[in-house]
Amino acid sequence: MNPTNYLYLSAILFSIGAVGVVVRRNAIVVFMCIELMLNAANLAFVTFAKMNGNLEGQVIAFFTMVVAACEVVVGLAIIVTIFRSRRSASVDDASLLSR
Amino acid sequence: MTSSNLVYLIALPLFSSALLMLLGRKADKWGHIFATLISTSTFAIGAMEFLAMRDRPEESRAVTQKLFTWISVGSFNVDAGLLLDQLSIAFVLLITGVGTLIHVYSIAYMSHDRDRRRFFAYLNFFIASMLLLVLGDSYLNLYVGWEGVGLASYLLIGFWNQKPEYATAAKKAFVANRVGDFGLSIAIMIAFANFGVVSFHGIEEKVGGASETALTAMGLMLLLAATGKSAQFPLQAWLGDAMAGPTPVSALIHAATMVTAGVYLITRSNFVFDNAPNAQLAVVIIGTITLLFGAIIGTAKDDIKKALAASTMSQIGYMILATGFGPAGYAFAIMHLLTHGFFKAGMFLGAGSVMHGMNDEVNMRRYGGLAKFMPITAITFGLGYLAIIGVPPFAGFYSKDKIIETAFNAGGVQGVIFGSAALLGAVITAFYMTRVMLMTFAGNKRWADDAHPHESPFLMWAPMVVLAIGSVASGYLLYSGKAIVKWLAPVVDKHHHEHEEFLQPIVVTSLAIAAVVIGVGIALAKYRGELAASAPQDVSIFTRVARRDLLQDDANEFLFMRPGQKLTQVLVATDEKVIDGVVRGVGASAVGSARGMRKLQTGYVRNYALLILIGALVALVAVLVVSL
Repeated sequence: MNPTNYLYLSAILFSIGAVGVVVRRNAIVVFMCIELMLNAANLAFVTFAKMNGNLEGQVIAFFTMVVAACEVVVGLAIIVTIFRSRRSASVDDASLLSR
Repeated sequence: MTSSNLVYLIALPLFSSALLMLLGRKADKWGHIFATLISTSTFAIGAMEFLAMRDRPEESRAVTQKLFTWISVGSFNVDAGLLLDQLSIAFVLLITGVGTLIHVYSIAYMSHDRDRRRFFAYLNFFIASMLLLVLGDSYLNLYVGWEGVGLASYLLIGFWNQKPEYATAAKKAFVANRVGDFGLSIAIMIAFANFGVVSFHGIEEKVGGASETALTAMGLMLLLAATGKSAQFPLQAWLGDAMAGPTPVSALIHAATMVTAGVYLITRSNFVFDNAPNAQLAVVIIGTITLLFGAIIGTAKDDIKKALAASTMSQIGYMILATGFGPAGYAFAIMHLLTHGFFKAGMFLGAGSVMHGMNDEVNMRRYGGLAKFMPITAITFGLGYLAIIGVPPFAGFYSKDKIIETAFNAGGVQGVIFGSAALLGAVITAFYMTRVMLMTFAGNKRWADDAHPHESPFLMWAPMVVLAIGSVASGYLLYSGKAIVKWLAPVVDKHHHEHEEFLQPIVVTSLAIAAVVIGVGIALAKYRGELAASAPQDVSIFTRVARRDLLQDDANEFLFMRPGQKLTQVLVATDEKVIDGVVRGVGASAVGSARGMRKLQTGYVRNYALLILIGALVALVAVLVVSL
């Protein structure tokens, strides 16, 4: 199968994720969209590794997964804390910085 | 010779002063006694040193003591060292002797003051500083004492600083002294630049190799220092106001000891002045101006302490005049300094005694006829009076007569001019002192209604009696067989100059006595009998100018104070408008731009995400554009 297709898929996934982050208000959904973008990037890395015949891209993918795992822990913790204190998971409600 | 006792002269009063200040009110009960005992013990040490010194042969009379190495930088070495020679012992005895008498007097005089302990702490600090001044073996050591007595003077003038004008007087004295101190520091720098040393001994050895210009510059700077400390023209204005301090302070610091430090400085620096004739001429001119200046102010003052202060200024003018004549005059300057220390301190204590009995009234127009009520004060004051105007055989006659003679013998037109000025000064001195005498102790009673004049307690009149004895006898004792001249010769007249005589001593003496008779005669004619209780107002312009201290304050205000204030105002305006403006402008622009930037921060996560996305796209496009 032509590796370029994987890249197209990666681009589509990334775009969906990016649009999702910008348009959705629910923090959980925004968070899933970020994961989507990360995995789109991972897919691109792996594809390039396959196309170029070396392992560097594969290795970077593992790094990305580790970083993503850490990020999920921190991010979910923040979202849960915000939900507890405000009874809402909308990212627009957490706008204290502007004041 | 070295000695290990000298340091105690300074250490004892310094320790006592620190103790009394640190213990505070706990020492209130015994502080004055302790300070007086310490002062007495310094006098005892000084007297023992004097007796030991007298028994040694002339060339080994000076003793030194090295305390520690003070500064050691490269080739520049200064030891904290003390030097007690024939000149300093005279001062040590004067300072500790008169100082102790005034301590005793102050016990009674200050007995009603709740801060008497602090007063005695300051007095002891003054004694320590003044002894360091005369015992230091280098200009730098002298400078420490010089600053110390300036501080003591400031603290004591402003002792009753709850009155704003007294605090101002203290500040005025301090500022005028600072101008002089500046001169002394420059002189030390000149000495270091030219000789590489600052000790008296070291400079004296190298003085032959220096240029006359450098020596003249150093001499003029030393003279500036002397004018500040000794209230000489043009830095004389502080002395009158310094009478704000308690009267014992006026007697000790502003009559007998500190104000004579300038005379000491010039005499000690004889090796500089003897090689710088121009500086000597300046010294003589300053002395002449001041002796007339002070005498004229003295004629117009109704405040007894200010009249005596003007007289002090004038008498120190005589001493400075004498030092300007080099080896011929140093000994007579010191002799007049010592006799003046007795009679002027005695008269100040007398004035304090009169004030004590008259509810602190200082205006002589409100005195009159006090001799009957204060006989001891009147007699001791009277003996001091006879001494200062120069009636033989009282102390001032010997010393002043010799100064006038030295002035006439200086040679040429100069000698005649300075001699005549000194003679004129003697006439005016006789006039104003007779005036003080008559207005205070003779004539009609012009007292305030609540005045009940009475003789002062024993502790006050005893020191006055001792000083009065000094006023009678010290001149004869110092001058019989030219004792003081021979005593000081190893320090100030090493080459045994022979001085030619322009006028025979007997002629000068007759002139001086004639001057006294004229002055006393005029005063008797004007101030005998009934006087008004307030000063007459329909007086000539000359009297008015003299009452205003010959416009000394007006001149200072016009020449220095107003321009100084203007300069300060300009500097403050520059600081506020220009320098602060720049600083505030930087701050304001940072705040302004930050306020603009803040609008970008909405606080909505999705906004930031969008911006990141746009940024990423822009970066991507830029990379593509560049690489294609």
